[in-house]
Amino acid sequence: MASLHNTFVGISSPNPFWLASAPPTDREVNVERAFAAGWGGVVWKTLGIDPPVVNVNGPRYGFWRGDNQRVQGFNNIELISDRPIGTNLEEIARIKSRWPDRAVVVSVMFPLEEEQWARWLPEIAATGADGIELNLGCPHGMSERGMGAAMGQAPQLVEAVTRMAKAHTRLPVIVKLTPNVTDITWSAVAAKAGGADAVSLINTVNSLISVDLDTMAPVPSIDGKGTHGGYCGPAVKPIALHMLAEIGRHPTLAGLPVSGIGGVTSWRDAAEFLALGAGNVQVCTAAMLYGFRIIEDLAEGLEMWMDEKGYATLADLQGRALPNVCDWNCLNLNYVTKAEIDANRCIGCGRCFIACEDTSHQAIEKVSATGLYQVKAADCVGCNLCVAVCPVPDCISMAPMREGTDPRTGQVINSIPRSWREHPANPLALCHAMEREKE
Amino acid sequence: MGRYANHEGFLMERHALTEEAVANRFRGMETRLADVDAVVEAERCFTCYDAPCTDACPAAIDIPAFIRALAVGQPARAASLILRENPLGMSCARVCPVEALCEASCVRVSDAGGAVRIGLLQRLAMEHARPGATAPVSAGSFRVAIIGAGPAGMTVARLLAEEGAQVTLLDGDSRPGGLNETGIAAYKMLDDAAQKEAAWLLRHPCIEIRLQTVLGRDVTLASLREQYHAVVLALGLAAQRRLQIPGEELPGVLPAVPFIAALRRGETVPVGREVVVIGGGMTAIDIAIQIRLLGAGIVHICYRRGIEDMVASEHERQLARDQGVLIHAGLRPVEIREAVGGGMELLMDFWHKEAGKWVPSGKSVTCFADQIFTAIGQTLDQSAWVDDPKLMSVALDAQGKIAVDALGRTNLPFVYAAGDCAGRSPDLTVHAVADAKRVASAILADLKSEVA
Repeated sequence: MASLHNTFVGISSPNPFWLASAPPTDREVNVERAFAAGWGGVVWKTLGIDPPVVNVNGPRYGFWRGDNQRVQGFNNIELISDRPIGTNLEEIARIKSRWPDRAVVVSVMFPLEEEQWARWLPEIAATGADGIELNLGCPHGMSERGMGAAMGQAPQLVEAVTRMAKAHTRLPVIVKLTPNVTDITWSAVAAKAGGADAVSLINTVNSLISVDLDTMAPVPSIDGKGTHGGYCGPAVKPIALHMLAEIGRHPTLAGLPVSGIGGVTSWRDAAEFLALGAGNVQVCTAAMLYGFRIIEDLAEGLEMWMDEKGYATLADLQGRALPNVCDWNCLNLNYVTKAEIDANRCIGCGRCFIACEDTSHQAIEKVSATGLYQVKAADCVGCNLCVAVCPVPDCISMAPMREGTDPRTGQVINSIPRSWREHPANPLALCHAMEREKE
Repeated sequence: MGRYANHEGFLMERHALTEEAVANRFRGMETRLADVDAVVEAERCFTCYDAPCTDACPAAIDIPAFIRALAVGQPARAASLILRENPLGMSCARVCPVEALCEASCVRVSDAGGAVRIGLLQRLAMEHARPGATAPVSAGSFRVAIIGAGPAGMTVARLLAEEGAQVTLLDGDSRPGGLNETGIAAYKMLDDAAQKEAAWLLRHPCIEIRLQTVLGRDVTLASLREQYHAVVLALGLAAQRRLQIPGEELPGVLPAVPFIAALRRGETVPVGREVVVIGGGMTAIDIAIQIRLLGAGIVHICYRRGIEDMVASEHERQLARDQGVLIHAGLRPVEIREAVGGGMELLMDFWHKEAGKWVPSGKSVTCFADQIFTAIGQTLDQSAWVDDPKLMSVALDAQGKIAVDALGRTNLPFVYAAGDCAGRSPDLTVHAVADAKRVASAILADLKSEVA
């Protein structure tokens, strides 16, 4: 049996699934239920200094529904904890004493004032908490006060606040990054320079999720007005994976622990984050949509997959996919694929045909005898659109050509990889070649 | 089956389709999707290109398009997409054997979840229809008389009115609708659905309706041909086919269609305790279910050939079985006699298939019934339109229906036929619509070439 036991910046937890800093970790009663359900750890909902913030009293959430009424994208305008910091600290201490084997990390958002950090970080450590997470990502409400994403978007502030936190605690400091930046590695480099033990990403994405066309107001609407919120849920996972990979393959950031966050809903999502180098994952939206019980599905699913693949520990699979992430100009241009439609699976819906005919390369035709569809290899560029639109699992696949001649280009398949960097059409290819020779 | 006990002193109950009867017995036969379920169901549609469901629809409704409109929250637009191809979209949603048409051809039919439930989606969409009179393209440029305000006649009337024809729609009944109004089981058309549909279909400034006007009695085909640029015969099949066996004239033997019509009109009708329905089509199923819902104790459907040969689909047959109706195959009526002490004895021969042919098996059975319905089809009532023997008359085909070409033209210039009375046309409501669309386009084309 594979072990899900996880150690992240020295913090131990029975599995790599932490609840992210958010409403599910707002108070003792929630966290108690989460740990009873089996979550490996929590990042307590962000603490601020007193007096507590005041939340809106209207709807805090907006959502985008995909097929079958499922929420694919979720957006919120809630602020950090709106309860006194002292109340939170008492509850954290009680939780940690009852659940010593679980990870309890405390998210904080304090102004850049030395005395606040000096006062509160020791009090947090006194609760028995395992670590500190700096909320430098919240994109709404707090950022207008100069905190949250307003700090996270300025690398020099990321470095300064990280350094300040590190100066006042021995606990590991995880810096939570905002995706609302041009290049996530600038933020990560700054956090590392400030002494961060790890980064976590992504926080929510700036978003305006929809407009109520009757009231002409953004959703969620507060008395006829709306504001941008933080976008999360399955829709943001691709953004998170990209940023995770960029940090993982950055020359000076390699080895910096990353807690992966962004749309984790199933074990597969979690496995993808781990494969791209995350040391653990944080989950919020999926728990909010389905309840804490999903931890069983996440943990058992991951364990079963690891058993099937022969990964005994999380470390065995961590970062496995990272070496295969590269720049576009390193992709092998001699690699040729052609779409293949399995006639035994094709149901004749014609989705691939009309997609290819109207918007791609006119490479699919109807077989009049059967009413089914087939690929014209001489026109197929291997773009994958047909696979995207086909509603039948495994009906269309992209088959690599290993030998012979590509009927579209008339060129013989070359088994030796050649990227843009060596491609004759690239005017700089010669320079690249000379550089490599020098090396 | 078999001979039942003495029914001396038996009194047949009489029932009408009261509101209470509808609420207690008929409402449960209705199926509909809730709005939220409809969205989930609509999202199951793969939006096929060159969609097989549309190909299978005689009215050629763009099914993926209307389902897409439902999925994106615009049921009223879904309804207008349906009406664009099928003005009778509401009644077709209720009576179409979708399991044999669009849903049978759905690419998901062999999925675990089955075909997309197109019929129920159409029904829901049509609940949101906002039908209104469309302004004619160029009002009153030509005049068309349509005889018969059933599904075919109403559809031709609407389509031509929208193209600017001055339409006169004649019907012998006191209400429009034809078989939709009188011949379809009440449980399929609750809430006066057929009348509501007829009302908005015919609410158009270019449509004039003349009810209780019978061809051959009040007007003649010859005079109509003189007064109108074109005449459409949408007469339906008004005569009941007969069993042609002794005892058929007994008072307990009733043709199903007029009985259903009386029920639909709200009249009080006799309801037997032991009922036999002879026939194998939709009407046989409709009368069997209705008489059972009205309180009949035992209802048998007796069909002359095999179960699989019945025109009524397996879905329809199952509906009947669910109501406790017993369906028997290979039974052909021979004679009906009055039974001692009331009721009737129905003598039937057993037939079976030998080398692909149906032959008598040599066995027979006598069954007691206090009510026998015949649902063996209707025929053209020729007395209606054979008016002036000196004029060239309308030619019939070998089946005794009006002979037409592929676009519904009869042998007489500018006389067309659509719906059940026309040859080539199968008997579903949606086929009447398909006929009507062809006839309307033929009339427009013929009149245009006449002018040119």
